[in-house]
Amino acid sequence: MSPENFEPRLVGFLCNWCSYTGADLAGTSRMAYAPNLRVIRVMCTGRVDPQFVLKAFQAGADGVLISGCHPGDCHYKEGNSKALRRHRLLSRVLGQFGIEPERFRLEWVSASEGQKFQQVCNDFTERLRKLGPLNLNGARGGSRG
Amino acid sequence: MANLTIDGKPVEVEDGATVLQAAKKAGSAIPTLCYHPLLEPYAACRVCVVEVELKGKRELLTSCNSQVQDGMKVWTGSERALEARRLNVEMLLARAPAAEPVQRLAQDLGLSRSRFPVKDPEEKCILCGLCVRACEQVVGASAISFIDRGTERKVSTPFGEESEACIGCAACAYFCPTGAITSEDKYGRRVIHDEMYLGPTTAIRIPIRQAVPMVPFIDTSACIHFKTGQCQLCAKACDREAVRYEMEDETREVEVGSIILASGFETFDPRRIPAYGYGRYPNVITAMEFERLVNASGPTGGKILMANGEEPQAVGIIHCVGSRDENYHPYCSRVCCMYSLKFAHLLREKTKATVYDFYIDLRCFGKGYEEFYHRLLKEGTRFIRGRVSEINALAMTEKEEGKLIIRVEDTLLGAVRRIPVDLAILAVGLEPSLDHNRLAKTFNISCSQDTFFLERHPKLAPVSSFSDGIFLAGTCQGPKDIPDTVAQAGAAASEALALADWGKVELEPITAVIDEKLCSGCQLCVGLCPFTAIAMDKDKGVAVINDALCKGCGTCVAACPSGASFQKHFRDNQILAEIEGLFYDEAEREVHP
Repeated sequence: MSPENFEPRLVGFLCNWCSYTGADLAGTSRMAYAPNLRVIRVMCTGRVDPQFVLKAFQAGADGVLISGCHPGDCHYKEGNSKALRRHRLLSRVLGQFGIEPERFRLEWVSASEGQKFQQVCNDFTERLRKLGPLNLNGARGGSRG
Repeated sequence: MANLTIDGKPVEVEDGATVLQAAKKAGSAIPTLCYHPLLEPYAACRVCVVEVELKGKRELLTSCNSQVQDGMKVWTGSERALEARRLNVEMLLARAPAAEPVQRLAQDLGLSRSRFPVKDPEEKCILCGLCVRACEQVVGASAISFIDRGTERKVSTPFGEESEACIGCAACAYFCPTGAITSEDKYGRRVIHDEMYLGPTTAIRIPIRQAVPMVPFIDTSACIHFKTGQCQLCAKACDREAVRYEMEDETREVEVGSIILASGFETFDPRRIPAYGYGRYPNVITAMEFERLVNASGPTGGKILMANGEEPQAVGIIHCVGSRDENYHPYCSRVCCMYSLKFAHLLREKTKATVYDFYIDLRCFGKGYEEFYHRLLKEGTRFIRGRVSEINALAMTEKEEGKLIIRVEDTLLGAVRRIPVDLAILAVGLEPSLDHNRLAKTFNISCSQDTFFLERHPKLAPVSSFSDGIFLAGTCQGPKDIPDTVAQAGAAASEALALADWGKVELEPITAVIDEKLCSGCQLCVGLCPFTAIAMDKDKGVAVINDALCKGCGTCVAACPSGASFQKHFRDNQILAEIEGLFYDEAEREVHP
């Protein structure tokens, strides 16, 4: 498949208070952005279990985004700092699985940053389009068989 | 108590009172120059001299520092007393011919000129010592005193040099009865309008006439007492003994059920736009300064005057200063259009000035606002559509001499214009208050892109914040006028009251729960919980979550190594199923191998 018509499939774990609201704002503000990100709402990025990320890649995602409140703005005080630590650690583990660290991204998007959400979506999609589909050597499982 | 007669009139005063005080009580006027009720008497000017008879002995006494005695007879205007007073005033007149109080006194006593030689016809100081006493007794600085003797005697700092003891309070100038001591601001800007806005003010003052609460406060940075430990004149003047210098700012902890943030706004500082010349030209003023100027209780009594005290012939009102400007604030401050129109109306009402309104768009959105705009059109206000690029005083024609030149592109005319005006009013926009960011951090309130507090939902929860029990009211949430602020504040208050009235709080059903069977008691979650909602059950050796404290962030769930912790509605298998669901798309499967 040529990179031009490759549409990467992205999974986004967005925290309820900042990024999910920011994504909502992007929508209500009628901002157009790449439709490749599929969103899963969690109450806090601190809820994102590393196995969710692995599961997403296994299920067919070409990239995974975790997006939460800016440092210091977490609705639950410090859940986003937990997410930051897990992201660092998990990025290394992903490399060992042959998954490029560029496929796993952490972003801070506040509730007022609809525009930033738009940019993140477009940028992530473009990067993944260039990077191409994730090839797990046919080891993909889950519902995709 | 002492009984005495003053000019034949019996009077009873307390022991230790002075003859001057007794005379005042008896209704006899005695002229004074060096006397001040708040300072120790000094008897320097000697114009308060009176004739006194005590135990058959008649003598002349200075009434300000002579104590009354029982049986005293006092004549304040006897021939002998008047003669002595005349002589004293004549000598004062020779010493300080330019001192107005002495001139008046001489006139009252029938003196036209002094027989004594005049040393300096411009001299004003009568050596009354009020300044010296004020500096010592009131201020406590003792920076000035008398130096030299005889005809050379004068008030001065030690060796006539700048004194380190002087705190620059200007109390000496305030107490000086003749104007021999003056004070001025030598450095820094001092223009009439700035003074008007802040008022010729004192260290203890009521901030504004509409202040709530309506009580004075002490500006400790300006108060003499906080510099030298003395003065305390305001405490002496207060009958209720309400002035307390020892009171300090204190931090109090108050337990509350809900919080309403109503931290308001600051006005945009137009110094940030140097092209408008605010701070350089005294006749460029802000809207707040104009409000002060036009206020009937203001320093001009409501007269609209320029810095030189004259009425302006032409006035320019510049809209959107700091608002709707990519360089400063892109948002509209909402209130400026209407207050600017109000200004234009007041200017028409109070002056004969031509009024120019420089606007980008007129946003007369409220009830009756559009009608008001039409009224102004009929009143003859000249509306010029365009953003003012510059205000300067560089006259190019004779007509522009001494005026402020407003340069603007008239977008309806399609031409750049120069409008000479006498007074320019900057309709400054609104921005969040100074400690806005600190408050946002303290209460964990998100801010929208315009940096004002973000409401939970613009339509469905416009007064709520993202944190339960914290509500927003007024301009901290965004620029708004008084009707909107009152409406939002009412809504915030009733939301807060509703919580109090209900007496209980609904929790989101998304709390985390620990499965006792799976928990190994590793306590990893205990340290992770930001709300200390997790504790160990020592008997069972498992962690337990307090439902009332758990906010449902799920951090412990993601961390639990044995999968014992789960979050209601966000269980692991629920989210994993969501992930699977995202990719369960037959049509897509064909496209994407």
